[in-house]
Amino acid sequence: MSFATLQDQARLEWTEFERPDQARILVGSATCGRAAGSLEVLQAFAKELDKHDLTDSTKTFEVGCLGMCYAEVLVEIRSRDGLRVLYHGVEPRHVPQLVESQLVQGEPYLPRALAVMTADDKADLPAFTELPMIGPQVRIVLRNCGIIDPTNVRHYLARGGYQGIARAIGMGPDAVIEEMKQSGLRGRGGAGFPTGVKWGFARNARGDKKYVICNADEGDPGAFMDRSVLEGDPHAVLEGLLIAGYAIGASTGYVYCRAEYPLAIERLQLAIAQMRELGFVGENILGSGFDFEIKIKKGAGAFVCGEETSLMQSIEGKRGMPRSRPPFPANAGLFGKPTNINNVETLAAVSAILEKGAAWYGSFGTDKSRGTKTFALAGKINRTGLIEVPMGTRLRTIIEEIGGGVLGGKGFKAVQTGGPSGGCIPADFIDLPVDYERLAEVGSIMGSGGMIVIDEESCMVDMARYFLTFTENESCGKCVPCRMGTQHLLRILTDITEGRGSLDQIETLRRIGDTMKNASLCGLGQTAANPVLTTLQYYEEEYRAHIEDHKCPAGACRALIRFDIDPARCTGCMACARACPVEAISGEKKKPHLIDQERCIQCGSCRQACKFEAVLVS
Amino acid sequence: MMPAQPNLDEILAGYGRERDNLIPLLQEVQDRFQYLAPEAVQRVAEHLELSENDVYGVATFYAQFRFVPPGLHHVKVCQGTACHVRGSGMIVDAISRTIGIEPGQTSADGKFSLERVACFGSCALAPVVVLDDKVFGRMTAAKTKKLIEDKE
Repeated sequence: MSFATLQDQARLEWTEFERPDQARILVGSATCGRAAGSLEVLQAFAKELDKHDLTDSTKTFEVGCLGMCYAEVLVEIRSRDGLRVLYHGVEPRHVPQLVESQLVQGEPYLPRALAVMTADDKADLPAFTELPMIGPQVRIVLRNCGIIDPTNVRHYLARGGYQGIARAIGMGPDAVIEEMKQSGLRGRGGAGFPTGVKWGFARNARGDKKYVICNADEGDPGAFMDRSVLEGDPHAVLEGLLIAGYAIGASTGYVYCRAEYPLAIERLQLAIAQMRELGFVGENILGSGFDFEIKIKKGAGAFVCGEETSLMQSIEGKRGMPRSRPPFPANAGLFGKPTNINNVETLAAVSAILEKGAAWYGSFGTDKSRGTKTFALAGKINRTGLIEVPMGTRLRTIIEEIGGGVLGGKGFKAVQTGGPSGGCIPADFIDLPVDYERLAEVGSIMGSGGMIVIDEESCMVDMARYFLTFTENESCGKCVPCRMGTQHLLRILTDITEGRGSLDQIETLRRIGDTMKNASLCGLGQTAANPVLTTLQYYEEEYRAHIEDHKCPAGACRALIRFDIDPARCTGCMACARACPVEAISGEKKKPHLIDQERCIQCGSCRQACKFEAVLVS
Repeated sequence: MMPAQPNLDEILAGYGRERDNLIPLLQEVQDRFQYLAPEAVQRVAEHLELSENDVYGVATFYAQFRFVPPGLHHVKVCQGTACHVRGSGMIVDAISRTIGIEPGQTSADGKFSLERVACFGSCALAPVVVLDDKVFGRMTAAKTKKLIEDKE
């Protein structure tokens, strides 16, 4: 079948999917949706549709993530009058009313309605694109997530899919690389190296066989952008890999995906089978003489394998330890052959750039950081989710507008970007435009896109200790600065958070951190001290309070705090006593309670349980 | 009826003898047998013409591989950043107290095992607990305790 015929068929199927007079239900069923109960909601719909005899006339689809994770389970219902309403926080118990109200009566079910999907929809609800969380976003990488059925390649095709590779083949490899350079796209895995330049190295390297790798080993705790794209739009990534393979002259591509992402792996396997069926993998792709195969390799739980040389060792069946460079992978990579490696988000942008052109992509973002960036917005924020904004968007827009501000109206303290390799950016910098250069100026990094909002109840020394616990555990042990450095940093931070610190340790932390930065073999060790160095830079007084006064100002470090009940506020409701796991709280009903300090383990359960803010921490 | 005992020969037959088969092979063996028994490691080594030492070297490098059988119910608690700031430490403690084991251990009756995992990538639903491969979001110490007790 020719590409044009394939596209025609796909468009026909898409038109049918989008036909306004057809009733349809979309349920967000990526991992986040499933964790919130989307599969149970789907079952409830099946049962309810059956009851109303609507099963034949109403099709139900599982779609990817719209990025509004806080509002899961998200359901979009289109009734036969064409009205499309997005519902949030849907549980199986809401399903009968949803079906009755919108599908039978043709009226939105207001208690759970969030928005209408198009501005033309006549209902007293805001339009989806005008929601505060969605308005400032520009969705390029996430262009199809939550919109298409990710298991249906025709949906992807109908929305411009595989036009990128078709155009690339028409241009020839050198022009594709030139186009990538023009677009200004920089590696979204964290380091920000220009993608087109990297491809040029691999294209010019000599070798009888070359490889391209998609790095889907999204190991940063607190980051889930790549998972969402793989689950919601796997073909966008695979097409990017195909284009990269064509540009550098590779015949085999690998996707190295974390084993912790079973649904992403399932979607990739299905997508590759569909590509084979349609002739996008195999021999002579689109009649061009270009042959390409794609293999999936599952990671086995090692953070360091996100580092390119470690990842290649892992594919080869070895311990995933980095090696020194040069030679760079572009010259001697996987199995010693020239290899190009890009991250998931980069490749999803590649397919869009080749489809729509470098100039279009370059029109978003700032001069040196072009395009858009996805962020996984999480932590102490009202609207957690997956977002995509033009580079240069201010932190304030992201946190206040998109994220809806700090959870529970607490004070905004800092935002952590770049995971264990990044740093904490204090609230003072809320007007900082987010791009590679600006984040580096304040001591953090873009990283892969985790963005964790921290409020006044989080202790910065504890945050640093948390990240060092992680990197100390994940350090592969090959080079001394990282292996010993992470151990010593962690030991000192533990001393400080447990009240055994001394002031001279602050200088020791800085000295070890600097050494690790300069002397470690790979990115893991070179950046592992960042969480310590940035918190020391901006929050040294918190370190000092732990050391000099044996106090944790945020009330987070267990060894340094105590909980007490304020008798003036306590209503004697007994909620805290029931929540206490060690029975340390006594008191009669309707009389102020008391915490037995001998028994208390400082777990904070009582504070969480109390509705009257009567549990004080000091 | 007991489920059929997986057959190691059958698993091995599905893989070539090149070294890059090692990790996928170990993953399948663990998938089917729940852990890597010494005999399985020995057979994998023979199949790929590697030393057992070499295979253990690789297997112990990666957090995914287990060398003792897990409990009947396997509980994983996410330790990602978002989960950490939303109190996953309390959840680990609550489970430890409820079933009397520390992370990395299996209870004496073989009923539960507890594992701390780096990040499931469901950060927006933090804190996250995974019980027998089902993901539970927005957990609290009390909800987790109930989840465990329901399995007892």
